Amino acid sequence: MSVLSKLKEAVICLRAGRVTLPYPATARPVPEKFRGRPIFDAAKCIGCAGCASNCPSREILVVDLCQEIRILQYLGRRCTYCGRCADVCPEKAITMSHEFETATNCIGDIRQRLDLFMSTCQRCGRCFKEPSHLEQLKQKGYRFDDVQNERWVLRSQAYLTSEAAVDDMKIEI
Amino acid sequence: MLKTLCQKMFGRSLWVYHANSGGCNGCDIEVLNVLTPYYDVERFGIKLVGSPRHADVMLCQGPAMRATAKALRRAYEAMPAPKLVFAIGSCACGGGIWFDSYSVLGPVEKIVPVNFYIPGCPPRPEAIIYGVAVAVGLVDKKTAPVQFKQLEMPIPRYHPSDLRGSGEMVVYEKAEKV
Ligand code: SF4
Ligand code: SF4
Ligand code: SF4
Repeated sequence: MSVLSKLKEAVICLRAGRVTLPYPATARPVPEKFRGRPIFDAAKCIGCAGCASNCPSREILVVDLCQEIRILQYLGRRCTYCGRCADVCPEKAITMSHEFETATNCIGDIRQRLDLFMSTCQRCGRCFKEPSHLEQLKQKGYRFDDVQNERWVLRSQAYLTSEAAVDDMKIEI
Repeated sequence: MLKTLCQKMFGRSLWVYHANSGGCNGCDIEVLNVLTPYYDVERFGIKLVGSPRHADVMLCQGPAMRATAKALRRAYEAMPAPKLVFAIGSCACGGGIWFDSYSVLGPVEKIVPVNFYIPGCPPRPEAIIYGVAVAVGLVDKKTAPVQFKQLEMPIPRYHPSDLRGSGEMVVYEKAEKV
């Protein structure tokens, strides 16, 4: 009896073969629905900050440098890869990648920073974005900041020296 | 520098001590998973030991909590001198989703110095092995900080003070800046 059971054990052991994965030497694919770290696409992002307000670990920080430049910082250190930011993003600017090999000796390595350029509605002062750069330039009331010197520079002044301001500037002032 | 030091000091075998300072057990399961025959980190000489006094490496899971911070610190101090700390999971790396809870002090970094970070909630067993492999110098780390710029300042910056009217024309004096 005991011999039989030992034989059975031996057969089981032999049949199992080698199960250990040769992991760091060869790559190991992840399941299809695996969520790795989120990757931000600056070209699609409109800077609505929906991801920041829906992140359960408050991992996405939004800073408005000035009215037109919004900084979106993803720090990555306490991100749980839950995918809520990717779900909530209206522009599908966030994709949950399959990257999991994010081990690092410096936690700043997993940071992502987006500098978003936002044009401003001259009526309500909120930010919105035109689809292409050309359309952004054509916008009435398009303006930008002199970030270094911290002051407003109105583009239309470059062409109108002596006259009074154009209409959109009146709204602004 | 840290890498060469690691290769020198920990070249043969890492004995790891597994410290959970208040995580949800998800990361513990993954760390134990790493020690199973399927992933088998003992082929790199990694061995789980029961006491910090025998360990080279402390694997921290869970955030630094008010209740366990002192014990974590004591465990760290009990380890013999060339020692490494791995923060495993987003709790240990940054406080996790409970980072603002009343009993959570924050990442374990606040209590013990951390040498390697393995984010994830929980990280895959492969990610943990990868972190260990990075630490002992088998592979290189793949991450680097990323900065996306939607566009550079799209229009040259005009300074009204540099504009001079000459007849019909408007001359911009510092044109090379544009
Ligand atoms: S995956 Fe989850 S935790 Fe990570 S940034 Fe997105 S919402 Fe926040
Ligand atoms: S990534 Fe998506 S949700 Fe987040 S600010 Fe950009 S557009 Fe909004
Ligand atoms: S990182 Fe996630 S799985 Fe690990 S202890 Fe924290 S909550 Fe649990």
